[in-house]
Amino acid sequence: MPSLNMVQAVNGTLRDEMRRNGNMVLLGEDIGRNGGVFRATEGLLDEFGPERVVDTPLSEDGIIGMAIGMALYGLQPVAEIQFLDFIYPAFNQIVSDLAKFRYRSGGQYPVRMVVRTPYGGGIKGGLYHSQSTEAYFTHTPGLVVLTPSNPYDAKGLLVSAMRSPDPVIFLEPKRLYRTIKQEVPAEDYSIPIGKASLVQEGDNVTLITWGPMVQTCREAVALAGRENIRVELIDLRSLLPFDLETILASVEKTGRVVIAHEAAKISGFGGEISAQISERAMDSLRAPILRVAGYDTPFPYALEKVYLPSPERILRSIRKAYNY
Amino acid sequence: MYRYMLMVRRFNERMLLLQRQGRIAFFTESNGEEACQIGGAWPLNRGDWVYQSYRDAGMCLVRGVTLKALVDQLMGNADDPNKGRQMGAHWGYKESNMVSLASPVGTHIVQAVGTAYAAKFKKDKTVCFTTFGDGATSQGEFHSALNFAGVFKVPVVFFCENNQYAISLPFRRQTASENVAIKAEAYGFEGVLVDGNDVLAVYKATKAAVDKARSGGGPTLIEAVTYRMAGHSSSDDPNRYRSPEETEHWKARDPIKRFRAYMTKKGLLTEQEDRAMQEKVENEIVTVIKESEKVPQPPVTSMFTDVYAEIPWYLKEESDELTREGS
Repeated sequence: MPSLNMVQAVNGTLRDEMRRNGNMVLLGEDIGRNGGVFRATEGLLDEFGPERVVDTPLSEDGIIGMAIGMALYGLQPVAEIQFLDFIYPAFNQIVSDLAKFRYRSGGQYPVRMVVRTPYGGGIKGGLYHSQSTEAYFTHTPGLVVLTPSNPYDAKGLLVSAMRSPDPVIFLEPKRLYRTIKQEVPAEDYSIPIGKASLVQEGDNVTLITWGPMVQTCREAVALAGRENIRVELIDLRSLLPFDLETILASVEKTGRVVIAHEAAKISGFGGEISAQISERAMDSLRAPILRVAGYDTPFPYALEKVYLPSPERILRSIRKAYNY
Repeated sequence: MYRYMLMVRRFNERMLLLQRQGRIAFFTESNGEEACQIGGAWPLNRGDWVYQSYRDAGMCLVRGVTLKALVDQLMGNADDPNKGRQMGAHWGYKESNMVSLASPVGTHIVQAVGTAYAAKFKKDKTVCFTTFGDGATSQGEFHSALNFAGVFKVPVVFFCENNQYAISLPFRRQTASENVAIKAEAYGFEGVLVDGNDVLAVYKATKAAVDKARSGGGPTLIEAVTYRMAGHSSSDDPNRYRSPEETEHWKARDPIKRFRAYMTKKGLLTEQEDRAMQEKVENEIVTVIKESEKVPQPPVTSMFTDVYAEIPWYLKEESDELTREGS
């Protein structure tokens, strides 16, 4: 079994699916000759040619709009947006068209495509190469929103995304691209959409997170362990739809919940998870639900490390929930 | 051609009347633009694709969409193939390759380029045709679409129905360009300016562009210069922003009158035939309205289908609650 980092896992998964499915095409900026700015599409131009690995002009609305038109005619595009921070010129295409085509046409025109995009901080990218704005998309009915946190899940989730009949926003935590290596089976496998991963079992506090924060939360869980607080760590993986069953089962066990994400706290997706738990499991709760998040500022450059939730900050909330 | 022009004119008038009577909520007319509508759609093959805007009832008819399907959409009833999901004149008919459209202006233009790319990729002989107004040419997606089309040299025809107004804004305030057609040059392909009130001229220009696209010659931008004789929509009062003199000037250039005069002079149409045709068209529309009005509203639970291929758990919950407790 090969040991791969996340960007290698994404690359290999794209290649396998391209080999399997002749209707699959990739398009985006610098994805061909250059292999993508993070090298996620390295080598694919040589194998599949410029008609299937399409270097586009610099225009995000052009990329997404073109991909929608390709998909409607029966191709299966995987569009790459270089950074999630650059997706906004295509926001209209995503929100007004991609998400609504199936619905508004009464099912006549479903759009089957994937938008891959790196997101999150930790690379000294400042305001426009660091943001985590997943909530814009989870607030849009019609989209599926996925985010892996390790190479194994990256493959399994990307396979599901590419075979999904619905449009998928696939968020890749860029600071984890090359930091974790993992055994990734060469054979075909997929991880079902809407199913969370129980990273670690515990019965004192439930810690819910996703994407880049999973690694940070693992550290927080280890720190809590030294204080004899047993934390159950859930990696949602799929934000829309989300796995309420796994969340509620854990909350019933622990009665204490901390939610951690990189995005700004106000109107972040953690608020939705918190609301779902309060609506459905009030009787199980033994402490207020706490959120650890990015501050409600734009993403800072020099103070990036202060902005990003640290294991220590998460630990403080775990303690607070535990001792309430 | 003439019969379709009459049909779309009568359809416009009837639908506006229904709106005024409160029998439909909203409509966008195309009075004065019949030559663009009919001449523009005429050269297309059945398998060609059209990315339309919200003033294209005439194109739908030429492409084989029935009057009833159009009226069902305007009424948002259970027979509407779009399941009553959109406000009036937001047509979508897969069987006729008339692609469903969004209200934000211009998003479809770049999608047409993607479809043309896919057709070329699959080595099909499909041409992708897309319509939009002068207002849409100010949107970013118009630029992206023409830019991508030029770079990828795909079989697409851009058809700008320049009706002089984007709601209230006149064309001279939309762009400082002399016209829309010359913009094509900057993207590396041909732009064609045509009298949009002359149905045969529109047909000829479109036919040439469609043939060129089909034979691998790449994109064309056509600008058909016409005039929106009515308001922007049933909610608009054009007297607020333009003079009656201007409207009269264009009325004298009415595309239906012009085509009728031409055909009468050529001996292709008698007054009697014309009257009979008008009567027949009128009867067809009236019959269809009666039929469509009998169709009930879509069932309440249809609200939750087609958001995704399968209904997710939370929508199932919401649907069950609505069924159980009512709205």
